[in-house]
Amino acid sequence: MNYIALKMLFGDRAKYLMLLCGLTFAVMLIVQQGSIFWGLMIWSQSSISNINVPIWVTDPGIAQVDEVKPIAGTAVDRVRSVPGVEWAVPLFKGLLRARLSNGEYHQITLAGLESSSLIGRPAEVLEGRFEDILQPDAVALDQWAVERMGGPDIIKVGTIFELNDKLARVVAIAKTQKSFTNIPVVYTTYERAIHYMPAERRTLSYVLAKAKDGVPVEEVTRRIHEQTGLGAFTADEFGWKTIGWVLKNTGIGINFGTTILLGFIVGMAISGQTFYLFTVENLRQFGALKAMGASTFTLARMILLQAFTVGLTGYGVGIGLATVFGYLTARGGGLPFVETWQLLLLVLVGLLAICTFSALISIVKLARLEPAIVFR
Amino acid sequence: MNDHTEPAAVRARGIVKSFGTGDTKVTVLNGIDLDIYLGEMLLLVGESGGGKTTLLSAIAGILDIDEGDIDVLGVPLSELPAGKRTTFRGQTMGFVYQQFNLLPTLTAVENVAVPLLIQKIGRTEALRRARVMLDRVGLGDRAEFLPKNLSGGQQQRVAIARALVNEPRLLICDEPTAALDGPNGQKIMEILREVGRSPSRSVIVVTHDSRIFHFGDRMAHLTDGRIVSIEPITREGTA
Repeated sequence: MNYIALKMLFGDRAKYLMLLCGLTFAVMLIVQQGSIFWGLMIWSQSSISNINVPIWVTDPGIAQVDEVKPIAGTAVDRVRSVPGVEWAVPLFKGLLRARLSNGEYHQITLAGLESSSLIGRPAEVLEGRFEDILQPDAVALDQWAVERMGGPDIIKVGTIFELNDKLARVVAIAKTQKSFTNIPVVYTTYERAIHYMPAERRTLSYVLAKAKDGVPVEEVTRRIHEQTGLGAFTADEFGWKTIGWVLKNTGIGINFGTTILLGFIVGMAISGQTFYLFTVENLRQFGALKAMGASTFTLARMILLQAFTVGLTGYGVGIGLATVFGYLTARGGGLPFVETWQLLLLVLVGLLAICTFSALISIVKLARLEPAIVFR
Repeated sequence: MNDHTEPAAVRARGIVKSFGTGDTKVTVLNGIDLDIYLGEMLLLVGESGGGKTTLLSAIAGILDIDEGDIDVLGVPLSELPAGKRTTFRGQTMGFVYQQFNLLPTLTAVENVAVPLLIQKIGRTEALRRARVMLDRVGLGDRAEFLPKNLSGGQQQRVAIARALVNEPRLLICDEPTAALDGPNGQKIMEILREVGRSPSRSVIVVTHDSRIFHFGDRMAHLTDGRIVSIEPITREGTA
């Protein structure tokens, strides 16, 4: 009977294509919007992923990574004294304006790394040598700074600009994850970062740390928090905390959630209605099958097979189209688009729910169908 | 009522069936007694609304009756659970409908194979047997045609092949010639007589079409839910 079910499905080409288009559109919309949403969330915590250390120690009241609340300079030593801490280094982070030689101003994020280890430096350097930031007045930029501050003709290794009326010379350009705000990042040493900034009583933004081998990182963060009273998070925890803040304090979650929900509802409405129509129009034929000895269970299996066949086809085509969209638009970091297997699995579950719902409407109709209809 | 001495293939006693409730209640079958024997073709005739189709549905076991008993091939239908009744119907009955009810997206041979596929016979064997049956109704060369590419008469021949492919003991035909012109109607009845009739099979035909009366062996007149007469048919077509 599977053969008959599939022939019935593919034979009615107009309805099949309508069903396929509806489900494909729903899948594409959900995957596309879900991937952009997740891409934005990844961007929102890029300050964490770009620094790439296991433990962040912060002001206890911190809400998210870009909301810097300075802590006492003694915090580094206090963290180092916590059992299980392998190392701990200071990190400065602050907003400043850069003045280019052409007179333009650009807001930048200044990141000051501990000079002896340069812990927190980007993993990949596109131009120059990152270690050269140890030289006088030297800074490194991320590639987004090149893009935002005027392009490679203006911003390159050797370019000189001013930070708070003090000289800064570009010695390297590093590759980083784009940030949510897309503000360029200027890397330098911790000491020089403080030198660039206007005077403040507290200058330490974060303490970066690592647990000793064999000691669980969660245990070490707990100890740091208990012994210093500071906030202490694993990179993952801090990332999720930041995502939570973004979702709570911006309309992103509601906006994307609404679109995804709409995709789900549209997909369900189109496929449900089309499937129901398909069943209603074939009611006499289904009645004939019942009269010929096909049980309701057999007909239900046929309907489910039809629904899942068109559903899985739409799933494949929808994901393909969304992926092509993502590939074309996210190239070069233009659009946040991160397609994860978790999202694809979630969409698959949602799609199967749509198909099951669509099939169930028809199955209920068929279950109530009296085969005597064929004699009317 | 008849001269038969062998047990009836269909034995109906005291059949009552009503639709609706209260003031809108309509009794469609009102105490029907009927025997249909193996090897015979019984024509069920009468005015529209007389209960012919309802009686047919009841005999086929696809409509529950309010009162009475129907035995088909010795099996009391009312005692069979719904699932077993469906299986029994699939194994013992074939149906020919006024509107053919072919699946439009299946070819002729695939349509004929449907009852076999329902009986879980493998597709290759089902299609082979379907081709044989299509040959018997003279449509071997149209096996791969879709119903929309067949004439009304050809579609009804496909429907007959479908009804007979699993060798049913009871063939139930509801107005098989109503949607066809005169010559095609005659042709369909000839095929039903030549291919459908068998000593081990009963054929019930509901019809209004007086031009095909002579194909039957007996004719039962149904009026207002009652059988008013059952008479043998002469070859000249008169009862």
